[in-house]
Amino acid sequence: MMSSSFSACRVGFSFVMMNIFYKSVGDSLPELSPQKYFNTLQPGKASLAYFCQANSPSPSIFLEELNEAVKPLQNYGISVAKVNCVKEETSRYCGKEKDLMKAYLFRGNVLLREFPTDTLFDVNAIVAHVLFALLFNEVKYITTLEDLQNMENALKGKADIAFSYVRAVGTPEHRAVMEAAFVYGTTYQFVLTTEIALLESIGFQNFAAFWFSFFAYTEVAEDPQQVSTVHLQLGLPLVFIVSQQATYEADRRTAEWVAWRLLGKAGVLLLMRDSLAVDIPQHTNVIFKREERVPVEFLVLHDIDLIVSHVENNMHIEEIQEGEDEDHDMEDPDIDIQDDEVAETVHRDRKRQLPLELTVELTEETFNATVMASDSIVLFYAGWQAVSMAFLQSYIDVAIKLKDTPTMLLTRVNCADWSGVCTKHNVTEFPVVKMYKEGGNPVSYAGMLGTEDLLKFIQLNRISCPVNITSVQEAEEYLSGELYQDLLSYSRGPVLGLFSPTMTTAKEDFTEAGNYLRGCVITGIYSEEDVLILSNKYAATLPALLLARHKGGKIESIPLANTHAEDIVQIIKNAFLETFPEITVENLPTYLRLQKPLLILFSDGSIIPQYKKAILTLVKEKHLDSLTPCWLNLKNTPVGRGILQAYFDTLPPLPLLVVVNLHSGGQVFAFPSDQAISEQNLLLWLKKLEAGLESHITILPAQEWKPPLPAYDFLSMMEAAASRHSARKGPEYMKETGVQESDEEQHEDKSAIRKELTETLRIKHWNRSNWFKEAEKSSRHDKEL
Amino acid sequence: MGLSAAAPLWGPPGLLLTIALHPALSLRPAKASAPPHRDYCVLGAGPAGLQMAYFLQRAGRDYAVFERAPEPGSFFTRYPRHRKLISINKRYTGKVNAEFNLRHDWNSLLSHDPRLLFRHYSRAYFPDAGDMVRYLRDFADRLRLHVLYNTTIAHVTLDKDPRAWNGHYFILTDQKGQAYRCSVLLVATGLSVPNQVDFPGSEYAEGYESVSMDPMDFVGQNVLILGRGNSAFETAENIFDVTNFIHMLSRSRVRLSWATHYVGDLRAINNGLLDTYQLKSLDGLLESDLTNLALVKDREGRFHVTLKYLLEETNQTADAITLPQDDNDNFAMRDAYDRVIRCLGWNFDFSIFNKSLRLSSGGEFSKKYPLVKASYESKGSRGLFVLGTASHSVDYRKSAGGFIHGFRYTVRAVHRLLEHRHHGVPWPSTEHPITQLTSSIVRRVNEASGLYQMFTVLADVVLLKEGATAFEYLEEFPMQMLAQLETITGRSAKHGLFVINMEYGRNFSGPDKDVFFYDRSVGHIEDAWQSNFLHPVIYYYRHLPTEQEVRFRPADWPLPRPTAIHHIVEDFLTDWTAPVGHILPLRRFLENCLDTDLRSFYAESCFLFALTRQKQPPFCQQGYLRMQGLVGNERLRQHGVESGLLRDYAAVGKHRKDSTRQPRDREPTGRPRAPEPPAQAFNHDKEEL
Repeated sequence: MMSSSFSACRVGFSFVMMNIFYKSVGDSLPELSPQKYFNTLQPGKASLAYFCQANSPSPSIFLEELNEAVKPLQNYGISVAKVNCVKEETSRYCGKEKDLMKAYLFRGNVLLREFPTDTLFDVNAIVAHVLFALLFNEVKYITTLEDLQNMENALKGKADIAFSYVRAVGTPEHRAVMEAAFVYGTTYQFVLTTEIALLESIGFQNFAAFWFSFFAYTEVAEDPQQVSTVHLQLGLPLVFIVSQQATYEADRRTAEWVAWRLLGKAGVLLLMRDSLAVDIPQHTNVIFKREERVPVEFLVLHDIDLIVSHVENNMHIEEIQEGEDEDHDMEDPDIDIQDDEVAETVHRDRKRQLPLELTVELTEETFNATVMASDSIVLFYAGWQAVSMAFLQSYIDVAIKLKDTPTMLLTRVNCADWSGVCTKHNVTEFPVVKMYKEGGNPVSYAGMLGTEDLLKFIQLNRISCPVNITSVQEAEEYLSGELYQDLLSYSRGPVLGLFSPTMTTAKEDFTEAGNYLRGCVITGIYSEEDVLILSNKYAATLPALLLARHKGGKIESIPLANTHAEDIVQIIKNAFLETFPEITVENLPTYLRLQKPLLILFSDGSIIPQYKKAILTLVKEKHLDSLTPCWLNLKNTPVGRGILQAYFDTLPPLPLLVVVNLHSGGQVFAFPSDQAISEQNLLLWLKKLEAGLESHITILPAQEWKPPLPAYDFLSMMEAAASRHSARKGPEYMKETGVQESDEEQHEDKSAIRKELTETLRIKHWNRSNWFKEAEKSSRHDKEL
Repeated sequence: MGLSAAAPLWGPPGLLLTIALHPALSLRPAKASAPPHRDYCVLGAGPAGLQMAYFLQRAGRDYAVFERAPEPGSFFTRYPRHRKLISINKRYTGKVNAEFNLRHDWNSLLSHDPRLLFRHYSRAYFPDAGDMVRYLRDFADRLRLHVLYNTTIAHVTLDKDPRAWNGHYFILTDQKGQAYRCSVLLVATGLSVPNQVDFPGSEYAEGYESVSMDPMDFVGQNVLILGRGNSAFETAENIFDVTNFIHMLSRSRVRLSWATHYVGDLRAINNGLLDTYQLKSLDGLLESDLTNLALVKDREGRFHVTLKYLLEETNQTADAITLPQDDNDNFAMRDAYDRVIRCLGWNFDFSIFNKSLRLSSGGEFSKKYPLVKASYESKGSRGLFVLGTASHSVDYRKSAGGFIHGFRYTVRAVHRLLEHRHHGVPWPSTEHPITQLTSSIVRRVNEASGLYQMFTVLADVVLLKEGATAFEYLEEFPMQMLAQLETITGRSAKHGLFVINMEYGRNFSGPDKDVFFYDRSVGHIEDAWQSNFLHPVIYYYRHLPTEQEVRFRPADWPLPRPTAIHHIVEDFLTDWTAPVGHILPLRRFLENCLDTDLRSFYAESCFLFALTRQKQPPFCQQGYLRMQGLVGNERLRQHGVESGLLRDYAAVGKHRKDSTRQPRDREPTGRPRAPEPPAQAFNHDKEEL
């Protein structure tokens, strides 16, 4: 009927270990007032409460035992509390006489059973009685053989009966039976008796000893949707570990551990796939059932931690929110505290002396003369605007880096001072960077507001864009990267447009595109008579574009017939998109523009070549066309850890592959960590993913960005003041309207004027020199509050 | 100068154009010799007329200014009699922001030429009127404004014509009988008729406009001054050290401009007599309605004050006249006066306008002004606008619209209205992404002079675009016209709007208010709505208010009840750029009106959001995702980590089961993280492990 004694013994051992462990954690008995206690009751959850008179000497032995029972009961999702009946708050559960205090068992806020304290004589009795009450249906108490036979008849062909005898209720044996029933209640119909005669009549001798140890999980072989256990009744979810014959042993171990980890948080069942009639998705290894009548979730979770964290996350939602609400009541978040990271960091840095002298400050008088006289970069900023002040720091950093290399004049205009200059140059937002070169129209900088990108922009603007290439030899040098070698580290390229001398429109378009890309791509143009030498060599049909993706790498050609400037820009931009880029803070937006789900390989350090190879192969075979494959190096982009945490809650071991569906749905899928990142595995996984056979590990939150905090509601303050004012003006009218109100109003009336005055006393004075007075007043005010 | 000088201006081009446009003219014999036409005619080359001429000229409009005197600003050649302007010429503010400095320059007109700033014309804080004349002359000359001097417009009539912009033309006739036809008439003639009060004996009073300015003429005399404005006090100031005493008589109590915050009330610079009155030096102030008064001249030529009804009772000779002191022997004005001076201000000259123009005077409190709408257009005839001092009925005793530093902005508003109405040029505006909203407002409230001078008359307006992802910013709109904003500006206000105004605290200003009361200044952000000094107030409306709502707004409110309101707390330095005191509460207000998060984020934060959330905050959308993220540097990052607003991700890996708290804190709806030091959080985690 039951499992072998061998495994039973082992589990029994674990049980003891767990007890020790939990004792050391030392959960103690919470003491609450009746009202507070009833507020904590949650629907479906069981709770044992001992009501006692606050001032009476407590039956301390009982309390000690109750304290002992806190943890074991918590393992079944049952909370325990001591409720102090204080005078102000009476409850019907608070007995009238001091010695008539009782313990009560609730499910939600429904009373299930009351216990006189003497029946709960020790921790075993407490656990046994509470479970006995809760498992009323699962465990039938019988006294006669006839009862037993009736049961057998009723259940014939439906369920096996687990018959148990204990010497008395409330004994350790009784507790053991109840704990077993808790786990196996759905599999077997439990029958309990205290009649030794009954036991003898059916021929068992030493029964209770066997029951003393039990499994923490159950094996089932039925549709998880239909399975119901005591856990669900107690508001705890169920976790099914999906098993099959081949992996049975390993799965049992997993189930065991998961069960221990989730004791009191969820019920754990081992589900035998082989003997199951219903279909479950092929790769599902865990099924999560949150509640009765709620569809189960099919999951792929590859280690115990993930299972545990999944369960904890799914049940924590309520609790955390509760906690938050409590916080809200206790201390309102201060809306006067800065929550803008840019404003705050700039403010904290306000006392730093920046070497502003490295840049030239322009004024209304000097602006035009300066930008006409020399090629200049101008930063338009406003001293009071945090974003532009944060960028000013990067700008100064650029100036420091360029200190000894004369390139362009770095200048700045503070629009808080010279707002006229800024308006004249069409600058009405901050910050703005413009380049004034050779007296021509200024070029607005449109890159990242940071040192690196700006530096790149400045360096690359040393040459004209596109560069005019005049000979075939020069063109070859240009393409090979020998020409402008120093600049290539800043840029992508080089890109060379090939045109026959007569292709004027095409050349114009290309020039426009080159101009547009100035500062990020080096472009050149070649349209001498001998252009055919180049076009033949690189198999390009004129007009065409040659580009070298990497220094010394293969040179590609792209035809440019009838292509407009914007399209050329796009072609060049796309040409420089990498097939498997390392994603960084700087380049992510470029790849997000492709609007495809990202396949990200998270790596702690450089990428392992074989992984890279696997992915590149898949790219080459066009298996990844619907995705943007990329990898993230946590060493270069530490914020990746924050991302992993959002996906997995706890940082999983790396490397790790995920697919993030950013643009539709926000699901995140994780490649099974127990599988090697090989072409075959990856391809298989992606196929399943595509077929919808994989379940996501998380869905990215889709909340809108709402105001982080409320604002002062001055409108209602003004209206309240106005109505107070008018109320004071017409007291007769007030008397007529309502007796109760007017009493209050009048009382308020007298003090209203004074109150209004003291209210304005909260006002801080610019001319107040007496700080003591100020402090005294504010402390007085605090007391009033 | 004369018509000869003006001839080129009125030469053939205009005529030809008119004829070319209206070949049908010849069919109408009555109008066979159509008068020369101008789209815009400006009456008066004072500050307001010249200011309007400047805007018309810059816009390339067809206009002319008519001035009866041979030079601009003729009022200032005679007035103020004692030559001291009481509009301040503050040359030093410690700031270089030209727009901000205009807040303290009450004399300059608006132009693009920095040489035409009044500080280049006078060093005096209260400058001489002669400098104003010189300034206005330069203004007209340098900017080559089209002014017809020595041209007195004697008569203005209407000529109905359906083809005219406004359904009628204004026909102006000058002193020589020359007529001019105008599509739009801009009246900037100021107040030119001395205000007289009619009572028996009023003819004995000398007028401010002609009274002697030589103090020696007043030695040892008893002087009665009628009136209590700046001209009255200015006159008293000139002579009170040589007179026996000066009595000042007027209907209403003295209004001190530092108590009323109205620059037209008595300025401290003129109030020497208040000092001597209150320090028992024989001078004194009396209140009485002048219309009940009578003046009687005795044999010695001295004047006795009596009451009109006493005079009516007995119609006798001077000796036998009943005087108030006959009954009340302690009557205050029982002493005879040697001189009586009338200083009662000026009225608008209605006389030249034909009845058909229906240019009537304002209500009881502003009958000296023609009645106009809040758009400065006459209520009587469309296309007739009143500018400058004469337009003060709009904000009489409230704001600065009757003075150069105020009307230079209202004139610009009128010009913008005309540009849209007649030339299809919408009200100028700039469009920005919503992330720039806080900055746009902060910038304007800190520097804009028009808002500052014309508080509660001109206001900036932010028009939201659909979905509130962007907005248009309109400057200095006449706020009483808010309901008609779309028609006036040509801009759409379908998706909600903000109105940015400057206000004094309610009940703070007034002639009987003690503006120096203790605790008058507000410092706490939550008390900002109780601010007393001029401070920015922002109104939010989900929908453009209707005309009804504007008209029947609550008392004391410059605008109808908004959906929400924000006060930026008053600032002693009028510098509203404090990050926490001013900008943060403003952002919270805007965020809550728009139901979005307007914080700024570094690129790294945007990167995290981009990969962990389906929606991005506006700042990341409009910056980072367009490859214009704010990178920041290590120093700033360090501050961020110390403040708890940023995380040190490099350290995250070292503590495996890091708190789940942090990511939650970054949630859009989350509150700012508890400023607990990260180290503490990590320790806590270690215990868990």
